[in-house]
Amino acid sequence: MAADIAVIDYGMGNLRSVSKAIEHVAPSMSVVVTSDPVAIAAAGRVVFPGQGAARDCMREIDARGLRTVIVEAATSKPFLGICMGMQVLFEHSEEGDTPCLGIFPGQVLRFPDDAMHDDAGNRLKVPHMGWNNVHHAMPHPLWRGIEEGERFYFVHSYFTQPTNPDLIAGFAHYPFPFTCAVAADNVFAVQFHPEKSQNAGLTLLGNFATWNPQGETAACDMTGAACA
Amino acid sequence: MLAKRIIPCLDVTDGRVVKGVNFVELKDAGDPVEIARQYNEAGADELTFLDITASSDNRDLILHIIEAVASEVFIPLTVGGGVRAVADVQRLLNAGADKVSINTSAVVNPQLVQEAADRYGSQCIVVAIDAKRAGEGWEVFTHGGRKATGLDAVEWAEKMAALGAGELLLTSMDRDGTKSGFDLGLTRAISDAVSIPIIASGGVGNLQHLVDGVREGHADAVLAASIFHFGEYTVDAAKRYMKQHGIEVRL
Repeated sequence: MAADIAVIDYGMGNLRSVSKAIEHVAPSMSVVVTSDPVAIAAAGRVVFPGQGAARDCMREIDARGLRTVIVEAATSKPFLGICMGMQVLFEHSEEGDTPCLGIFPGQVLRFPDDAMHDDAGNRLKVPHMGWNNVHHAMPHPLWRGIEEGERFYFVHSYFTQPTNPDLIAGFAHYPFPFTCAVAADNVFAVQFHPEKSQNAGLTLLGNFATWNPQGETAACDMTGAACA
Repeated sequence: MLAKRIIPCLDVTDGRVVKGVNFVELKDAGDPVEIARQYNEAGADELTFLDITASSDNRDLILHIIEAVASEVFIPLTVGGGVRAVADVQRLLNAGADKVSINTSAVVNPQLVQEAADRYGSQCIVVAIDAKRAGEGWEVFTHGGRKATGLDAVEWAEKMAALGAGELLLTSMDRDGTKSGFDLGLTRAISDAVSIPIIASGGVGNLQHLVDGVREGHADAVLAASIFHFGEYTVDAAKRYMKQHGIEVRL
């Protein structure tokens, strides 16, 4: 039987916490962690997590024959990208000079050494690791119940830079503003880890579990042509 | 703005939480899953479990604990102790750990740090450094502080960062269990030498020590055990104190 939610397993990182967190907020839904393209294609919703290096992620996606089913899911059903699963949706990553899935136009860049200090001149560490404020760039059903500026847990050294600013759903500062959430049609993707962000993260995952992209007129008003 | 993190540390042996005083005397402070749940509710930013189980017979107990905690506590979990091979890293990550801390084995076999970081990503590899004052600098110790290595702690930190560690957990052996505050000179020397985050550990006796660790030690996170375990201070009180002193925290 098709699962309500498929968490895509391509050998990159701790998927247990993602699936446990979803089961925690959506106990009535079936969640599978799978690398089977058939199971992913059949699932009602797809979560695309990932940790590690961009080049390894892309290699593992292709080694498992998952590229097509990921792209199809991203154009057809509620789809949540997390961390590396957000970054590889873009065209190219500076990390290992890696061509990515190209679902969204834009680049993935490293936090530049020469910019990594705060106003007082203190050095900022890379990776950007810890709890940072997430600011909403648009109203979206996945932000429901989450306060503007709420903290989420991050751990990353690279960030996405979408070509189209209309994609930007959220941003954080480190020390400059960078995109930490994008949204378009049925896709929502975040740089932070909702599965590790306690109550705020669980709220976001719960919102995803019930999100109906076609039925959200408020979101369509904000994203314009994307919902037509 | 990025918050400085407060990380309660649970020393676990044979499935129970204990806290070493200078790594010798141990007191039982309870059930790890229950403690983790309480710390999560109290606002801990992460949790660290150090498995100090001596016998290999009881090593797998930590896996069951991590599985149980990861099913209901949704903040980052770090696990260390007895990590000797990439397979150990894999087992802990599979059980639900987000980061694995490597200490003695990093000294015995530095390639382990590189292999683990290459395979699972720097974000999940923490190198724990136990250091003791030695002349003008600090020396790295292993085996729970019993064995001198001859390594300079600052040079060792730089090497571990270069090999792919994503974070360093720095413990002052001189201060651990003394409640006299972090070794701020050690913390600052290492934090300023590397670009990756530093967790300061060893010696916390009051809340001002946490502030000093961040302000003067340049720590990105502060780790403490006994001041929280025995109810002297709550995590929330610690955060409010830090905030009053101008430090960004998650409240």
